[in-house]
Amino acid sequence: MEKQTAAPELRPVFDPSRLQEIARQVRLDIVEMLYRSGSGHLGGSLSATDILVALFFAEMRTQPDNPCWPHRDRFILSKGHGAPALYAVLSHLGYFPREELATLRRFGSMLQGHPDSACTPGVEIPTGSLGQGLSIANGLALAARLNRLSSRIFVLMGDGEIQEGQIWEAAMSAAHYGLDNLTAIVDRNRLQIDGRTSEVMSLEPLAPKWQAFGWHTLEVDGHDLPQLLEALHACRSVTGRPSVIIAHTVKGKGVSIFEDKAKYHGVAPNDEEYQQALKELGAEK
Amino acid sequence: MSAKESTRVEYGKTLAQLGTEYPDIVVLDADLSGSTQTHHFAKVFKDRFFNMGIAEQDLMGTAAGLALGGKIPFASTFAMFATGRAWEQIRQTIAYGNLNVKIVASHGGVTVGEDGGSHQALEDLALMRILPNMVVLVPADGPETRAMTRWAATYQGPVYMRTGRMALPVIYDDSYRFELGRGSVLRPGGDVTLMGLGVMVHACLEAADLLAGAGIAARVVNLSCLKPLDWELVVACARETGAVVTAEEHMVAGGLGSAVSEILSEHYPVPVKRIGLRDTFGISGKPELLLKHFGLTAADVAAAARQVIARK
Repeated sequence: MEKQTAAPELRPVFDPSRLQEIARQVRLDIVEMLYRSGSGHLGGSLSATDILVALFFAEMRTQPDNPCWPHRDRFILSKGHGAPALYAVLSHLGYFPREELATLRRFGSMLQGHPDSACTPGVEIPTGSLGQGLSIANGLALAARLNRLSSRIFVLMGDGEIQEGQIWEAAMSAAHYGLDNLTAIVDRNRLQIDGRTSEVMSLEPLAPKWQAFGWHTLEVDGHDLPQLLEALHACRSVTGRPSVIIAHTVKGKGVSIFEDKAKYHGVAPNDEEYQQALKELGAEK
Repeated sequence: MSAKESTRVEYGKTLAQLGTEYPDIVVLDADLSGSTQTHHFAKVFKDRFFNMGIAEQDLMGTAAGLALGGKIPFASTFAMFATGRAWEQIRQTIAYGNLNVKIVASHGGVTVGEDGGSHQALEDLALMRILPNMVVLVPADGPETRAMTRWAATYQGPVYMRTGRMALPVIYDDSYRFELGRGSVLRPGGDVTLMGLGVMVHACLEAADLLAGAGIAARVVNLSCLKPLDWELVVACARETGAVVTAEEHMVAGGLGSAVSEILSEHYPVPVKRIGLRDTFGISGKPELLLKHFGLTAADVAAAARQVIARK
């Protein structure tokens, strides 16, 4: 892991250049973790990095030293294979020691291949089987409403993931129950394991689908941190319906050889790719 | 006792009572609240009842989220759809996440009757029994249903409870308290043990009467807590009576018969005969007729008892 001796980040961080620097470090962590473990999901972790950084460093109210703080905002990584990105972000915030990142996917590690709440502080619920996170987020949003908590609920879905039927069951129920404390984000990287989403199973027209289901729908460049912050902020003032941000992203973002290539969905970098990635991400020697 | 009660009705009434005592209880249904009897709760606690529409996967996921948010969700629909359609949601989120979700599913077994094979859950107990963290309950009468529902509200963790349509004779009185992992001996006897759950407990009791007429003393045990199963009681019965019959309104594969056989084959092998459905789907018909058709009557249990006694 890149050396970091400073205390966990003070939040919120709104300075785009600082957020970009955090995102760069998170991407380095992801590459390093996967290289060490020899497996894991590279492309979708790198595409989701800026979204997670914007959420955890700027938007969400959490207490890393008190992960079960009852008033916290909640985050569900419905695309559970993006776990490396989430783990890297959580480690930067001090949920657990940075050294743990080196144990990803190892026997006895607190960092399971896909998120497991029993193992990892900051992880709310096991995910990894796609299509289930939006329903869980809906339940959390209903619970927050019943408990009169101002907590906001965030859920990140993959674009391939929303081919699952349960997502659209949940899309109906979130609108039916008017869950305005819920913000869903689609990591629209246009790739899934077998190829382009447009070839495997078309999703378009995507924004009109969500609009037709009754959602407040926004589209942003998912790597443009000011755009992400603005969209997340805009969702706060929406009333009576849930919000979805379709974040247009590039799978493998940050390392040219990984970008927009389906084959880097679920593989670790080899030696050569690893060196190239370190170079492009500006790793310290 | 002459009054008959259906387990689904007693569940619905108890849930409505618990709503007052436990403000955190919320109830979810999938467009079957009249059949599952959650409509009693829905009428009184409108803001704590969520009809999720005909969407069982979302039903389970939403219940999981509510549990994660500190609520005590009871999620109800038919046993077939709860455990079949939404098995993976239950596995991945509720059981793996060890969440405080109570799945109470009605219309288990062939006593569903006329709706036929599509609606008769014969696999639900197997599907739930194999899940880590999951408690699996099948009440045998009204008082046991009330006790189990009340217990589930205070227990922290996932629970599956199967209720049925059929009105059943009352076995217990209202002093009955459910204890996790404990079976109960309903009738003493030293020649054979009849182990049942749900509807089939009644067939076992009747079978014991039939056998008594022939001078055979059959012990009757209600194993309403299928998981964790009271293995000490199961082994003790095998040791003391030397022969066992299991009876369930479910496939013999994966349910009570399997659970008992697994324990006895490891700890105390004795002759066992499993009463239940064998590699078949249900069909339409009156419940009583279906029980007869599928060999789930007291006479069938008694005949099985004679077989295992002969094999001692």
